[in-house]
Amino acid sequence: MVPPLLRITGVSKHFGGFAALSEVSLEVAPGERFGLIGPNGSGKTTLINCVSGALRNESGSIEFDGAEISRLPAYQRTRRGIARSFQIPRPFKSMSVLENLVVPLEYVAHRRTLHTADTWEEAMAILRQMRMAEKADSPSNLLSQVELRKLELARAMAARPRLLISDEAMAGLAGNEVDEVLEILLELNRAGITIIMIEHIMHAVMRFSQRVICLDAGRIICEGAPAEIVKNLEVQKAYLGA
Amino acid sequence: MLFGILVGCFYAAVSVGLSVAFGLLDVPHVAHPALMVLGSYCTYLLGRYGWDPIVAGIALMPLFFLLGVAIYRFYYETFEKRGSDAGVRGLAFFFGLAFIVEVGLILVFGVDQRMVEADYIGKSLSLGGYRIPWRLLVAFGVALLLTAGLTLYLSRTFTGRAIKAVAQDEPALRLMGVNPVRIKQWAFGIATAVTALAGAMLIIVGPVEPSLDRVYIGRTFCVVVLAGLGSMTGTLFAGLILGVSESIVLTLFGASWAPAVAFGLLLVVLGIRPQGLFGR
Amino acid sequence: MKFWIGVALAVALAAGLALSGTNEYFFYAGYVVLQFVVLATAWNILGGYAGYVNFGTAAFFGIGAYTAVVLFKAAGAPLGVQILAAACASGLLGFGTGLLTLRLRGIFFSIATVAVIFIMQTAIVNWRYVGGATGVQLLRPPAMPPFDSYTRMLFVVMAIMAVAGVCIARYIEVSWIGRGLRAIRDSEEAAECSGVPTLKLKLFACTVSGALMGAAGAPLPMYMSFLEPASSFDLNYSVSALAMPMIGGTSHWLGPVIGAILLGSVQQIVTVTISNEINVLVVGVLLVVFVVAAPDGVLGLLRRLKWFRRSSG
Repeated sequence: MVPPLLRITGVSKHFGGFAALSEVSLEVAPGERFGLIGPNGSGKTTLINCVSGALRNESGSIEFDGAEISRLPAYQRTRRGIARSFQIPRPFKSMSVLENLVVPLEYVAHRRTLHTADTWEEAMAILRQMRMAEKADSPSNLLSQVELRKLELARAMAARPRLLISDEAMAGLAGNEVDEVLEILLELNRAGITIIMIEHIMHAVMRFSQRVICLDAGRIICEGAPAEIVKNLEVQKAYLGA
Repeated sequence: MLFGILVGCFYAAVSVGLSVAFGLLDVPHVAHPALMVLGSYCTYLLGRYGWDPIVAGIALMPLFFLLGVAIYRFYYETFEKRGSDAGVRGLAFFFGLAFIVEVGLILVFGVDQRMVEADYIGKSLSLGGYRIPWRLLVAFGVALLLTAGLTLYLSRTFTGRAIKAVAQDEPALRLMGVNPVRIKQWAFGIATAVTALAGAMLIIVGPVEPSLDRVYIGRTFCVVVLAGLGSMTGTLFAGLILGVSESIVLTLFGASWAPAVAFGLLLVVLGIRPQGLFGR
Repeated sequence: MKFWIGVALAVALAAGLALSGTNEYFFYAGYVVLQFVVLATAWNILGGYAGYVNFGTAAFFGIGAYTAVVLFKAAGAPLGVQILAAACASGLLGFGTGLLTLRLRGIFFSIATVAVIFIMQTAIVNWRYVGGATGVQLLRPPAMPPFDSYTRMLFVVMAIMAVAGVCIARYIEVSWIGRGLRAIRDSEEAAECSGVPTLKLKLFACTVSGALMGAAGAPLPMYMSFLEPASSFDLNYSVSALAMPMIGGTSHWLGPVIGAILLGSVQQIVTVTISNEINVLVVGVLLVVFVVAAPDGVLGLLRRLKWFRRSSG
């Protein structure tokens, strides 16, 4: 049995009196394609924030690659191999698309030890993989929605992660754009990266995930293969109301 | 000690406008004390025509309300809407505004201290061996009424609750059909109106000079941060704590250390418990 | 390469002027303008690059001045040592202030910097060794040859400091540090998730910024032959150090320089011909005007006219 890459045990997070997460536990195996679904406000992004370090969980433990990380600042978690994209894209607006990628390359992947020219080359390679090479010198505040989403993923990739968390990367995109992003994620997974996908677009989650967990009101209500989840009554209730 | 409590309540009232503007609306309003001093000077002007300072303060409130609305409108259009660099520029804007107000007052009124006269200024009440200056009692009373009034307004009226709501969940408010910008505008106007009355009290409590806004940046932000952003009851407690602390330092170390108390307390709170006493 | 030629020219120019027969008043005024170049450049390292607004320039500047005075009174230390010590003292102050408040939102840092001004000023006012509120008078040592007057020498010292400050700012700007700072300014959350150690970088910028401001303050006691808290902790330093980069442009090291020369000169003229109060009013108004209407400053305008390219220059 291969040990899980990510193990979350009994994680809780409150905002004032509101329980965003209650005793959430899950495991993600290395190389797995993991789907996380749930209605709005169910705690998906809060969970991701606790894993990436944007928030601190109040109780429970988060282990990555066997080591406890819940006390580490976010940038150290990134350096250990966890990368995430943001639901609402947050490009470094004063920089070009290419330079956006240089930041994680310098700070995570290479720690300034590589020659500058090599770093920019590597950034170009990632852009090509994302099919965005022609936008390399564009100012990042002038991109279209799908380009912004791809930039988010590209920037996460530039951190050379072992675990990539994609937070609603396809929200609001047109059909062929969704397929494009999905294809990129599948390619990344084939290259060995474990991916957690948070999505509302059901057919994307179904096509992508090997295993799906459904959250509602801060708790896990269902876990299993995509086909099972869809049929589950609890899940249907959560999405459609009682 | 008694002085500390009276003055503390006064500090609370002075800070309550900032509690709304910064605590609830998240506007980096470092010009708040400068506007208060402006209110003091306007009170002084009306005082020269024989107006009682409290009456003058109340009369100034509608004017300051409009001023507040105008300032917020301008701030919103220029900074909040444009996002990205807004934080830095918004801060710089209010900083510049505070300076312009202060220097403007110097140019018009000069650097000398100005005072106001009324029946209750200059006399003291004898109570069990203590002599309490009436002016402090008056300020204390008005302060209490003001803070209580604002707290009730925010919790009992629809607009008041909308103001608290906009701080917590703006999209939800929009869904209820309320325009968040207009609410925020209204709130900022109220905060500024309250500041006018606070200014009147300031000149009742003691003489004012244009640079007074600087030390009050410390006092008001200390109270607001110590209270916890957006908590009105917290403002009262925090004001009392500050007032008492200042009077302790005053007795033990003398007047030359007093201005640093508010700022020192602020730094301590920021370092240890930045969400304040009742913060969310 | 062009940059270093410019640097050499600047230093040569300053030295040449100091040795020439130019009117003594030029050096009094020139010193102040150069001092603002250092202050504005220092401010911009944290304010322009990282986006954290420091209102407390006056504190770092004043502490620098007083550190120099203490060393001079206690040990007759030469100017070079005074400057170094002042840089250390203010650097430490920057580090401490940052440690306390850079974890929090930007505005809390800004308010804390105001607090630092008051606390430092109050501490100095209560310290009799440096003369408390009345201040202290100093006897300047004789001017070193080849300079005719002490003021001319200070002018050159400040010119070298200005050049050094700009070199430091430029290095930070074009290096990976600068990129990290810009990432912090653009989106601190995304920067942190991209592996940028945001707190460490902010602390670094704050410390360097503070140190430079302190260094700028060190020659002040010698320049004025006396020092007192009210004028050395004057809020005008804070407003100017903030206004100058905003006016000149905050994204490039040239911005604070332009802003300092422009606004500094205007300030000199207005203070002498009209009044000190009008001077502060002018600074405040210009700050607001530029922040509202021309947020990218003079450099931004030049860029739009294509007269200026954003290069690693």
